[in-house]
Amino acid sequence: MTVLAVSDLNVHFTTGAGELHALRDVSFDVSENRVVGVVGESGCGKSTLINAILNLLADNGRISSGSIEFSGQELTGLSRRQMRELRGPGIATVFQDPMGALNPVLPIGRQMRNIQYRSGQAKSEKDMRSLEALKRVRLPDPEAVLARYPHEFSGGMKQRIAIAMAVMMEPDLLIADEPTTALDATLEVAMIELLKDLQRQIGCSVLFISHHLGVVAELCDDVVVMYAGEVVERGSTREVFKNPGHPYSLKLLECDPARQTARRRDLPTIPGELPDLNHRPTGCIFAPRCPHRGKECADAPPDRQLDESHIVRCIRAGAV
Amino acid sequence: MNPILEVRDLAVTFRTGSMLNRSDILAVAGVSFAVHPGETFALVGESGSGKTTLARAANGLQEISNGSVRFDGYRIDGMPARERKPLRRDMSMMFQDPVGSLSPRMRVGDLVAEPFRIHGLGAGSIREETVRLLSLVGLSAEFVHRYPHQLSGGQARRVGVARAIALSPKLIIADEPTAGLDVSVQGEVLNLLNDLRERLKLAIIIITHNLHVVRHVADQVAVMYLGRFVEIGPTGKIFSAPAHPYTASLLSANPEPDPDKPRNRISLSAEVPSLLARPSGCEFHTRCPWVGGKCGSQPPDLRQQDDRRFSCHYPLAPGAQAPVKEVSHG
Amino acid sequence: MSAANSDFTRPARRPDFARAFDAVRRITAEPLGALGIFLVALMIGGALFADWLSAYEPGKISPRDRFLVPSWQHLLGTDQLGRDLFSRVLHGGRIALTVALFSTAVSLLIGIVLGLIAGYGPRWLDNLLLLLFDSIKSFPTVMLALALVTLFGPSLTAVVIVVVLVNVPGYARIIRTQTLALKESEFVTAAESMGAGTVRILRVHILPNVLGPLLILTSMDIPVVIAIEAGMSFLGLGVRPPTPSWGSILNDGFTAIRDTPWIAIAGGLPIILTTLGFTFLGETMRDVFDPRLKRHA
Repeated sequence: MTVLAVSDLNVHFTTGAGELHALRDVSFDVSENRVVGVVGESGCGKSTLINAILNLLADNGRISSGSIEFSGQELTGLSRRQMRELRGPGIATVFQDPMGALNPVLPIGRQMRNIQYRSGQAKSEKDMRSLEALKRVRLPDPEAVLARYPHEFSGGMKQRIAIAMAVMMEPDLLIADEPTTALDATLEVAMIELLKDLQRQIGCSVLFISHHLGVVAELCDDVVVMYAGEVVERGSTREVFKNPGHPYSLKLLECDPARQTARRRDLPTIPGELPDLNHRPTGCIFAPRCPHRGKECADAPPDRQLDESHIVRCIRAGAV
Repeated sequence: MNPILEVRDLAVTFRTGSMLNRSDILAVAGVSFAVHPGETFALVGESGSGKTTLARAANGLQEISNGSVRFDGYRIDGMPARERKPLRRDMSMMFQDPVGSLSPRMRVGDLVAEPFRIHGLGAGSIREETVRLLSLVGLSAEFVHRYPHQLSGGQARRVGVARAIALSPKLIIADEPTAGLDVSVQGEVLNLLNDLRERLKLAIIIITHNLHVVRHVADQVAVMYLGRFVEIGPTGKIFSAPAHPYTASLLSANPEPDPDKPRNRISLSAEVPSLLARPSGCEFHTRCPWVGGKCGSQPPDLRQQDDRRFSCHYPLAPGAQAPVKEVSHG
Repeated sequence: MSAANSDFTRPARRPDFARAFDAVRRITAEPLGALGIFLVALMIGGALFADWLSAYEPGKISPRDRFLVPSWQHLLGTDQLGRDLFSRVLHGGRIALTVALFSTAVSLLIGIVLGLIAGYGPRWLDNLLLLLFDSIKSFPTVMLALALVTLFGPSLTAVVIVVVLVNVPGYARIIRTQTLALKESEFVTAAESMGAGTVRILRVHILPNVLGPLLILTSMDIPVVIAIEAGMSFLGLGVRPPTPSWGSILNDGFTAIRDTPWIAIAGGLPIILTTLGFTFLGETMRDVFDPRLKRHA
């Protein structure tokens, strides 16, 4: 079953310099019990995508066409209020900065109790559930954590608390936006292990946004590669990482210094810059930086299916 | 060849607390190393390990409480600012935040020209020098009119490099030069630094938490934990056979973009201890998967073995696997 | 940064002009901002062209024309000495504006210097200056004014000194706080690492970044200054008669407010209007330019 289905999503922003076409024909699915990673570099539209899903686009932005379905319910056009109803048991979020989820002036216990306002349980039962959640994220001494304030914790522990609050709601979909980016590598890997375990325990789907290919390879079942507001490739993690069909995915993987096992004098790069999205080229979005571009790339490339779930937006998909 | 920078037994202490309740925090302790011309020296460790403090101390931005720092033969710790100023021409620093290390109300041209102005150099030809430096780092002359907020992260980083090499220094200290940059741009900056190092016979100290980067650019690497070196030596050797468990766990905590890669991860229990409550004995013993009898009570010395040094009672044999143990969740 | 220090300003001048123009456009786009600009312009125009706009000398006494009701001859009527109130209000505006601009400029200058010293200097000096600011601030303005007048006698100088004393602690504190924050910023450390001296760091790297918010605040302080001048003149502590001041006009009208209310109105209305004008302008500027108040990039 599909938990989240995004199809042909287009998002525009009205800016001083005209209409900015931030997302073009974005489609992908998050199936039940799957962890889907969205990767791409800065400016690829990851955050816009999340904001569009959560109905948090800035005032000058709008979904111009397409649909976002969550468990069969259309999300585009919902009011902020209706969206809020869905948050929690439906969709929970974890962001890069855990302080976004934590109120600095309330003790952790109060905050965890507050987000259970819908449950109608007694205070002690709520606290029991909070404890349970803190144990799940492996925080030492959870009883003491309840009485303490956010500033008394390190960044990694705050992120664990934020995750505890998200999973306590047992959501159908967890959206995690770069939750490990601000952490050290040792904490980052611990957090990945934790997210994997929690996902298995709760059985939720996860939409995991990251720029770190290694983290995505390790955590995710499926990958969506974004470039300049388009999904250039999607498929299972193995397909995309082992057999990338889009020149951009290929280049991106090559650039990761972790991919280079032998020490080398010059690290690979992708020459060129992101296109100006105020004047989005009609043809292939990656063509100006693509080493394999040809005449046919001046037309909008089709979404080609390489495999059952492996879809690549390139006229020469798989041939490069 | 004489080292360009020689640090001996360096310590940095921060004083915190109120007047009545004063305590000293030892941020860096007993650190010794040398960097030679044309060499890249990497400092790695988790946040709070004292990397940045050490770099600032080596640069003279941070007062030290013990030891010595020699640059190009001159002892620079404790040197009055006026005497140190001419030496600053030969030593430059790049800071973590590519945009934040550029003064927000100055144009790129003025930012690149600033080292010349500070040292009263290049009068009359500053404009030409600036344009030359920008082209050296791959930016066109049009950039001189831009403000920092009009630059991308990669472009701002290039401006930072141009500033750092403006006066043809002998040493560049680069604090997280790839932080906040996309992978496709990271390579550009590292290649640029590498290039300049070869062409200008620069020595580079690179501070980073990204070990993949270290493997490609560094000749020597030093691993820091709670302000001390736990292992230091040639990059190749340390990467292929780390002797210190902390080095080994850092190396294993490096997600690689390969879904089929077997992951022999060494998971560290607990978090980094506070500098205010340093553990007894070996300071890593609270998190070490190989912790043994002596570790909790006796601090290990930094001992020399061939061309590397490490501080561990029970150094790892090459290819060691983490001992399997029950992970207590609590 | 000053043009003298830059080799890279020339071709970029046009965007600067465009930006200034854009700023004015953004202020006038807000109804309150447009009203603010209109009122401030009215006041400045009136003060600048006072001689040209009114047919009468502000200090000319004409006993036959005492207490005249507003008319086409005397737009705001006349006072107890038969002086034309419209002319006195316009010339009073000159005094108000001069005092406001001059004393604000002096306060800014002193505030910036002390703030930079407190923020960038050694800790003990910072503490000493903070103590000084707090002690000055703890004096009620009126007490301060009375004390100074006993020292200097009622005069414009006394007004300026009171304003400076009232304003400097606030300005200095703002500059100090921002300097403290910027002192730790990477671009300042970067300049230090290049060997830049204290003066260069303060002038090139810190000052340009602390000035903007302060100038907006200053424009909101101008009405306070005008009120202090008017208040002191009303109490007889400020401008000496016969020099026209809104405060003294108000005082003249106050004594006979039941019989000749237009005198008090002539003195009070400009105070109210300019206060509103500068406040609207300042608030709009703050809303438009302060990035912290912007919700979306």
